[in-house]
Amino acid sequence: MLVFWVFVSILIVAAAGYFLGRTRALSSAGGDIRQLHSVPGYHGTNVFLFTAVPSLLVMAIWLLVQPLAVQNAVTSMIPADAVPAGSSMSIIMADVQRVADGLDTAIQAGAMTEEQASSLDAASTDVRERLAKVGVALAGDVRPEVLKAAQRYRALTATGSLSLAIVSVVLALGGFVMAWRQIAPRFRARNTVEAFVKGLLIAAASIAILTTVGIVLSLIFNTIEFFGLYPATDFFFGLTWVPSFGGGSELGILPLLWGTLYISFIALAVAVPIGLMAAIYLSEYASPMVRNFAKPLLEVLAGIPTIVYGLFALLTVGPLLLSVFGDNTVGWMQAGTAVMTAGLVMGIMLIPFVSSLSDDIINAVPQAMRDGSLGLGATHSETIKQVVLPAALPGIVGAILLAASRAIGETMIVVLGAGAAARLSLNPFDAMTTVTAKIVSQLTGDADFASPEALVAFALGMTLFVITLGLNILALYIVRKYREQYE
Amino acid sequence: MNMRTETQIEEALKDKSMAQNETHPLKMRGEKVCVYYGEKQALYDVDLDVRENQVMALIGPSGCGKSTFLRCLNRMNDTIDICRVAGKITLDNEDIYDKAVDVVELRARVGMVFQKPNPFPKSIRENIAYGPKIHGLARSKADLDEIVVTSLQKAGLFEEVKDRLDEPGTGLSGGQQQRLCIARAIAVSPEVILMDEPCSALDPIATAKVEELIDELKENYTIVIVTHSMQQAARVSQRTAMFHLGVLVEEGPTDKMFTNPDDKRTQDYITGRFG
Repeated sequence: MLVFWVFVSILIVAAAGYFLGRTRALSSAGGDIRQLHSVPGYHGTNVFLFTAVPSLLVMAIWLLVQPLAVQNAVTSMIPADAVPAGSSMSIIMADVQRVADGLDTAIQAGAMTEEQASSLDAASTDVRERLAKVGVALAGDVRPEVLKAAQRYRALTATGSLSLAIVSVVLALGGFVMAWRQIAPRFRARNTVEAFVKGLLIAAASIAILTTVGIVLSLIFNTIEFFGLYPATDFFFGLTWVPSFGGGSELGILPLLWGTLYISFIALAVAVPIGLMAAIYLSEYASPMVRNFAKPLLEVLAGIPTIVYGLFALLTVGPLLLSVFGDNTVGWMQAGTAVMTAGLVMGIMLIPFVSSLSDDIINAVPQAMRDGSLGLGATHSETIKQVVLPAALPGIVGAILLAASRAIGETMIVVLGAGAAARLSLNPFDAMTTVTAKIVSQLTGDADFASPEALVAFALGMTLFVITLGLNILALYIVRKYREQYE
Repeated sequence: MNMRTETQIEEALKDKSMAQNETHPLKMRGEKVCVYYGEKQALYDVDLDVRENQVMALIGPSGCGKSTFLRCLNRMNDTIDICRVAGKITLDNEDIYDKAVDVVELRARVGMVFQKPNPFPKSIRENIAYGPKIHGLARSKADLDEIVVTSLQKAGLFEEVKDRLDEPGTGLSGGQQQRLCIARAIAVSPEVILMDEPCSALDPIATAKVEELIDELKENYTIVIVTHSMQQAARVSQRTAMFHLGVLVEEGPTDKMFTNPDDKRTQDYITGRFG
């Protein structure tokens, strides 16, 4: 609470600083705006930034670090022999956290005072009962060392918050005074603001990049842990996928990878010709009116959530295919869920990807190319086939590869449309499953994150990540090569 | 423009043999050609004759309609949705805007070279072979190779590129690219070649080469060229047509147009008073 109010007051001071700084800048120039290096607004913004940014930055870092530091300090209070068999330090710490939260709630509800909370003694009071009265339910009796730790936890957190408040207020006021004193007609507030803006943009870019790095690192560490428990050769070359949480699982990726590639292949076989021809029609033949109408309509397809496509596969396409290829006719298909079902629906989902990207690329082919060909007496379709498409080909390949990485990463359509059986089969009407669908099923439910059956999800994810990353890099490389062609 | 350039023009004209226009049969004729871009009219009742084996230069300030007229001659304006052409244009006395005319065939007979060199992103050989292939002009591969070589020779490019026929046409210099485009047009054996400011993107040396080429080409082809350069019109053409604000101001033998034009606007334009 304290921290929140400090935050609000820093913002208020900073906002006031903006208006005061503006006024002071103007008066420092004797009211003549032409005497100022920067217009008054920049001086105001400068005061605002110097007040708010350093203090809020420190606040943010502090709030991230404090729980870790407190956790560390409290953990050392609990003796190692206090951890019961079958439990772990993290479970005890979760208890400590709960008790501390419970004490907070109790104080807020007025059931005990601040002094009572910090002087509670597990030997003389039934903490569990007292907390239950204010609506905090604990799983078992609170042991003395846990209560002590919880009290310590609260004390440390309170001290931390107080010092945070003091430090950030001091920083805010210091920044305010510093910026205030800088104001002078020749002060280059404009340049300072420019530097701040640049810093802000760099920060935004770094967050995106650092998050990616973090995700990749967590994948890598968990994958390494998995390979410590399960041999990598069995994972990469195993032909069977039989996870069993009781142990003795066979976790071969090949059936999953086969399912992924098979479904993606069918999806691309649907999406690429249709999408490409749609793009050619839209960019080369359609009148502006048709184009303005049809292009957004086609792109609506891209906005449909994949779960809806999954339902479409499950309820419409599956039964339809079954009635055509099922036991009543040729008998190739046993159930509605099949590679073909998921592949067809995924193909439809990918059409707008292919068409929209290809359309842009085809439009980027200079009109001079078309004129040159038409001027030689080529027909429209000859021009497209022999001049426009070859010129656009690298870009189109890039678009197709991007669509392929989308297909490989797709989950919902597979879960609903392709079934859950991991199998190596050539029949497109068999049920199969993909890497993504299995990641979901390995991690949902009560998974123990230390078992290979759960950790395999990270290895699967890592494999997929490497495959799609490779495809994306290839796509980018090809697209870049294409760009050079007209320069 | 000043006195010096006028002298240059006169010198250029002196070298030229007097064009005996009436001995050249009629190749293309425009009668009351009007062109509209949507609501806007770009050409007003243009009557113009193009005679065989001559170079006809179309001059005039920017936006005067000379390129528009040129593009009517092989119906390239068809590719612009909002463009509408009225009047009559004939090629060998056949109306090219007649419904029975195959526009693809027309463009094979009336080829075009554009302002900016626009070789296809293919090899030099394929650039030339493109037209003959789609029109089925070669019986065999050897035939096709022959067409490629002769077209390049006619365009004066063969010696420069004979060792790299399979390298991309986009790798050539600007002037070479433009001559490649001319060779590409020649390869289809057109009767008329339309050139839309073919030298505006080229340096003076490349320009001189292309002009020399145009002069040679008129032995076998009829050429209509749009140009912004008065000297170029004087150097390469036998007849000149002056356009202004969508109207054909004056048309006549080039030497007369540049020395003694009938219309004051032509006089003003070629002496640089406007445009």
